[in-house]
Amino acid sequence: MKRRRGVIPPSSPESPSLFDAHAASPTSDARSYEASFADVYEELGEAFPGASAGSAIAVSTLTQTVKDVVEGAFVPLWVRGEISDFKSHRNGHWYFCLRDRVSQIKCVVWSRDQRGIPAAPDDGMQVAALGQLGVYASRGEMQLTIRRIEADGDGLWRKALELTRVRLEADGLLAASRKRALPRYPRRIAFVTSASGAALRDVIAVLRRRAPGVELVVSHAAVQGESAPLEICAALDRVYRWGGAELVIVGRGGGSREDLWAFNDERVARALAASPVPTISAVGHEVDVTLCDLVADLRAATPSAAAETAVPSRDEMLLGIAGHRRRLVDSIEDRIAQPRARALDASRQLVDAVSRRLTDRQAALATAAGRLHALSPLATLDRGYAVARRMDGRRLASVHDVAEGERFSLRLRDGQVDATASAIHPSSSVAQ
Amino acid sequence: MTLDETLARLEEIVARLDEEQMELGDALALFEEGVGHLREAAGTLADAEARVQKLTELANGAFELEELDD
Repeated sequence: MKRRRGVIPPSSPESPSLFDAHAASPTSDARSYEASFADVYEELGEAFPGASAGSAIAVSTLTQTVKDVVEGAFVPLWVRGEISDFKSHRNGHWYFCLRDRVSQIKCVVWSRDQRGIPAAPDDGMQVAALGQLGVYASRGEMQLTIRRIEADGDGLWRKALELTRVRLEADGLLAASRKRALPRYPRRIAFVTSASGAALRDVIAVLRRRAPGVELVVSHAAVQGESAPLEICAALDRVYRWGGAELVIVGRGGGSREDLWAFNDERVARALAASPVPTISAVGHEVDVTLCDLVADLRAATPSAAAETAVPSRDEMLLGIAGHRRRLVDSIEDRIAQPRARALDASRQLVDAVSRRLTDRQAALATAAGRLHALSPLATLDRGYAVARRMDGRRLASVHDVAEGERFSLRLRDGQVDATASAIHPSSSVAQ
Repeated sequence: MTLDETLARLEEIVARLDEEQMELGDALALFEEGVGHLREAAGTLADAEARVQKLTELANGAFELEELDD
């Protein structure tokens, strides 16, 4: 007996069923078609619906019966095949065929189930799909209702990431020119993470060790699971509205790709990009780069690394401050040195100028005194001349200023002589 | 002023005093300001102790910082 191996345990030959009867039919070449069912009919009795033309069942009864039987018989199964004829319907549902070289089966992904699938698959992708086998009764077709799809080589994750990345890039959110410098000495750092996670403990340990007087403000969010993206968005928004942080770190410790997927969520990436203060993305992973990493001003490999980068150690800072003090003092001394030298110079010049002027005046005084002396009548006396004066003090300038016998005086260099005019000789008479 | 701003201003003052031409009076005023910032920054670091708090938003829209013991 030829029978396909299937997921339904085949009925044992001891208890034949309708399926067995049908499966057995191709081998029954000797007997007539109806005759091949005769023993089954006999067993069931001839009164059941469909046993004769007179009791023929409706098509819908048949397809509904098949639907009930098939859907009751199968648990959801992972099925491997290639995607073909993919269509995303206007109503949001996806339709495609899953095929291998021999067979194909129609598949549907209801829009409400698409959240669990990173991206729509493309034709030609080799995938494993988890689906419930069912029957589309009104067409009499088998159909797999798919809830998960995993493409070979993580194709769907990569596709989803790439699609989102392209959208973020189109909005300029990945531009290098957007990257802001981190504050070098932040006092208050907000950390969006799970308040009970290992990442928080790691970051606190780093801050305690470096202890630069930083306040860490935790804004809690679940960082994995279905609610994670919205919780992270809300936690970021809370930090922004609070407004007290100079730097925002968002992150979590390492985990599987699914665990980290919230950090690839477009809403999270956009919320991070909207930060009014610089951001560090610190998702614990080594190989992959998340969208948050691309959008953040800085990417750190782990939360600890983010903390190390975010804050300088206190020792470094104290050294830095000592350096500033030295430069401040040096430069002000440099500035004072020149004016001080100039002031010194100026005062020296002032003294010089004053003393030079004093010397000049002394010389001039001496000269003036000499000239004064030369003009003085006393100088004339020095040269042996005498000044004659009458007794009333008037100078004798003419022979007519004195009468014969009149007394007068002669003023000489070293004293006075009293004299009497014994005779008067006007010049002309002297000359004659 | 945050510590970051204080130190940034301090660096600016040091750089200006090093490089710029200015009246001695202005330089002395800058120097005095710089010394103030130095004192402030050193003081901030001296009493620095890492604090961890949790940010919560109250029903009335106000924010609360609650000490977090680890």
